[in-house]
Amino acid sequence: MDNQDIGGPAQPLLSARQLVKHFPVKGALGKRDVVRAVDGVDFDVLKGETLGVVGESGCGKSTTARLLMQLIHHDRGELVFDARTVGGHDLPLRAYRRQVQMVFQDSYSSLNPRLTMEQSVGFGPSVHGVGKRESLERARDLLARVGLEPSRFAGRYAHELSGGQRQRVNIARALAVNPRLVILDEAVSALDKSVEAQVLNLLQDLKDSLDLTYVFISHDLHVVRYVSDRILVMYLGEVVEVGPAEALFESAGHPYTQALLTSMPSMDPANRTLVSPLSGDPPSPIAPPSGCRFHTRCPHAEPVCGQRAPRLTPVAAGHLAACLMVEAGAGHSRSPAVALRLQEV
Amino acid sequence: MFAYIVRRVLLATPILLGVALVCFMLVHMSPGDPLVSVMPPDASESLRLQLVQAYGFDKPLPVQFGLWIWHAVHGDLGMSIASGRPVASEVMHAVGYSLRLALLATLIGFVMGSLFGFVGGYFQDSWLDRIASACSAFGVSVPHYWLGMLMVIIFSSQLNWLPATGGGPMGDLGWGWNWDHLKFMILPAITLSVIPTGIIARTVRAQVAETLSQEFVVGLRAKGMGEWGLFRHVVKNAAPTALAVMGLQIGYLMGGSILVETVFAWPGTGLLLNSAIFQRDLPLLQGTIWVLALFFVVLNLLVDILQTLFDPRIKRA
Amino acid sequence: MNLAFIRSAPPSATPIESSPGYWQSVFSRLRRDPVAWLVGTVILALVLMAILGPHILPGDPFTTSMFKRLKPVGTAGFPLGTDELGRDLLSRLMLGARLSLFMGITPVILAFFIGGSIGIVAGYAGGWVNSLIMRTIDVFYAFPSVLLAVAFSGALGAGVDNALISLTLVFVPQVARIAESVTTQVRNRDYIEAARASGASAFTIIRTQVLGNVLGPIFVFTTGLISVSMILASGLSFLGLGVSPPEPEWGLMLNTLRTAIYTQPLVSALPGAMIFITSISFNILADRMRVAMATRS
Repeated sequence: MDNQDIGGPAQPLLSARQLVKHFPVKGALGKRDVVRAVDGVDFDVLKGETLGVVGESGCGKSTTARLLMQLIHHDRGELVFDARTVGGHDLPLRAYRRQVQMVFQDSYSSLNPRLTMEQSVGFGPSVHGVGKRESLERARDLLARVGLEPSRFAGRYAHELSGGQRQRVNIARALAVNPRLVILDEAVSALDKSVEAQVLNLLQDLKDSLDLTYVFISHDLHVVRYVSDRILVMYLGEVVEVGPAEALFESAGHPYTQALLTSMPSMDPANRTLVSPLSGDPPSPIAPPSGCRFHTRCPHAEPVCGQRAPRLTPVAAGHLAACLMVEAGAGHSRSPAVALRLQEV
Repeated sequence: MFAYIVRRVLLATPILLGVALVCFMLVHMSPGDPLVSVMPPDASESLRLQLVQAYGFDKPLPVQFGLWIWHAVHGDLGMSIASGRPVASEVMHAVGYSLRLALLATLIGFVMGSLFGFVGGYFQDSWLDRIASACSAFGVSVPHYWLGMLMVIIFSSQLNWLPATGGGPMGDLGWGWNWDHLKFMILPAITLSVIPTGIIARTVRAQVAETLSQEFVVGLRAKGMGEWGLFRHVVKNAAPTALAVMGLQIGYLMGGSILVETVFAWPGTGLLLNSAIFQRDLPLLQGTIWVLALFFVVLNLLVDILQTLFDPRIKRA
Repeated sequence: MNLAFIRSAPPSATPIESSPGYWQSVFSRLRRDPVAWLVGTVILALVLMAILGPHILPGDPFTTSMFKRLKPVGTAGFPLGTDELGRDLLSRLMLGARLSLFMGITPVILAFFIGGSIGIVAGYAGGWVNSLIMRTIDVFYAFPSVLLAVAFSGALGAGVDNALISLTLVFVPQVARIAESVTTQVRNRDYIEAARASGASAFTIIRTQVLGNVLGPIFVFTTGLISVSMILASGLSFLGLGVSPPEPEWGLMLNTLRTAIYTQPLVSALPGAMIFITSISFNILADRMRVAMATRS
């Protein structure tokens, strides 16, 4: 089972189809509540792209990341990797794990305090049958590749390294098994800005030289815009918009995305952001609002929004939004009468 | 809150059942004939059969267990093979003695332990602290039955201040709260108290040290609060945990008093356990273990609930 | 399986600088601890006494003599006096180290392996497996240790083997609890998730990633248990539930010498002093280990 391209460039590398993950919550004395962390999420990750994923805390980004890694198993739905079902006959879980890897947010707790850096990085290959000596050699090579001189860093422990250095080790560890897809879950969020820039550049270099695909999860919109080809916006367990990065930033289709973009602190003193367009906290994922989940905070909400759940509708080529205002005949005062005709790209 | 209490009580029930099962199994897995202590060695087969039936040893084990539980719940713990008296009354009589001893020992332990703990916590890492720590280490490392012997040597044999053994003056089967009786309790109680002293001292010291190191203490001192006020603060913080440990220690000492009671011939549950084991008196053994374990579980439950009520910092699901 | 990789640079010729590992740091800290040295020496002396046993005895621990009963300390030929049957107390104390230490340490070692395994499995597995195992442990926790030890011993009968079994049964729940608690904490760390993401099996993860992090606390706790075990084991013999005469064992000797406290108080107290010295040495050692482990480098 090689890490080879099967479906060709047109085949999405990873397809998440209607993934659902609910967590039970202990209510008082036996009441069974459920946190609907991920509620019917559907998207593709194209080969060679960087897909940015944004959303507020609690929107389900991290749960989605873990579902993609199969660290937790979805309740319903399907995950397809390069035309093969994950966990199915053609792609058992262990083989899938060699193709997809993840870099976590907390660089310190991602590293075992009792292992040296080369041992941590070499763990992955050793699990898949690579001999001990060769695993360590590969680990040293990767450390060099991420900019950490092996003679200085290979024999060190996690507490001896800085945050940026540790995150480089985590990246090296993710690359050790030659994956095709790397999921970066807030991987640079905890780093100082200058270090963050270095790591982002490193990630870009590695992507080019190793032919990788990235899913880049973050809450920092500036960073996401800088690194992503396409962007996915999540709200309360659902995908509300997905499209090319520039198109999304220039003309967002969903009111939530618009609000997020407007609430980004502006770098231009002449153009200050004075009032936050988003009011209040997001509703609880245990009892999400009916219909469109965003309708309780949406400036354009109408009664129909509370009754009817919108579906992802194209607003431009490769750009979709889940809002009744763009869905033909949805009943909103601004819904178009006729669906947009798009050429299949 | 009430829901929590109910849930804790409900959770304790399977544990109690498990404890009863363990009690029962303990006693019935012992090799040898349970009746060997009452039967003369040349007893006829029919006599043996009669006795076996009378004590119910011929029934299958689960049935025996069920019967025993049923009776136990109704307060009937069977008949002691050795003495012929009801187990329940023997055990309750002994429980009184052990409880008195445990309470006094825990009280002494609480006072001494708190003293050592406060001294250690307030004067951290000084020589006072080291002495206090040494004392508490002593408390948990000394074989208390040996300590008991030492106490008898010093205070009974050499100085003749206090009696060496017994639960009361010769021939007196009851208890009285007078010096004649109390003087018998002093040595065993002091001996037994070294254990709670050690444990409470360690707990209190940790609590005091932790509280004093917290940032709000600096804030309070900056506001001009005197040492007395601060002291009250520290006490308030340390008290819940210390009291909880004290409560648990009572149960521990009740169940674990056999060694000290043997040294001092104190007529409590420990001594009863001792004689039950050596006379292979199964009903008595079973009943005693059951009562002691029951006491411990109920005490744990009480301490747990009281702790939740009085210490607002503890959040239970 | 094609996991070939292309070297981006020639392999580094310079040697790797390595830092001291966790256990190396702990031991180097212990080595600089004078108190640890002191108790370590005491324990070593006791262990040597136990191992060399019959070969280094100054006198005869078994010959009885009704004329030489209960001689005081300092008697010619019997430096620590004689016991109630006229046997040399010094020799009996030295030989007694064997059985006493054996009965004190063995249950703890057994409990370390058995309880540790149970706890680690329960901690890593989580879910209903964890609940089942821990609820069962809780039942045994509902008994005070002394009571449980005496009850087990009483049920099984006197004898060294039964005492060992009963003590092991008392300590397994305690070790299991600590093991489960530490393992659960470690289980939820990101590096374990990362290890799972590498596709490793649970067993591999436990062996390579979990053990290194949990063995420390479990080991320290278990070392602390030795002091309790010494007291309990000798206590069982004191009650007549452990070793049987004429084997020398400190607890048993304390029992048989009880009647002598009025005539030869010093002699009769000596076996207990041995138990105390051993117990407190292990206690202090465990304490020093805890300090050495808690310090961050």
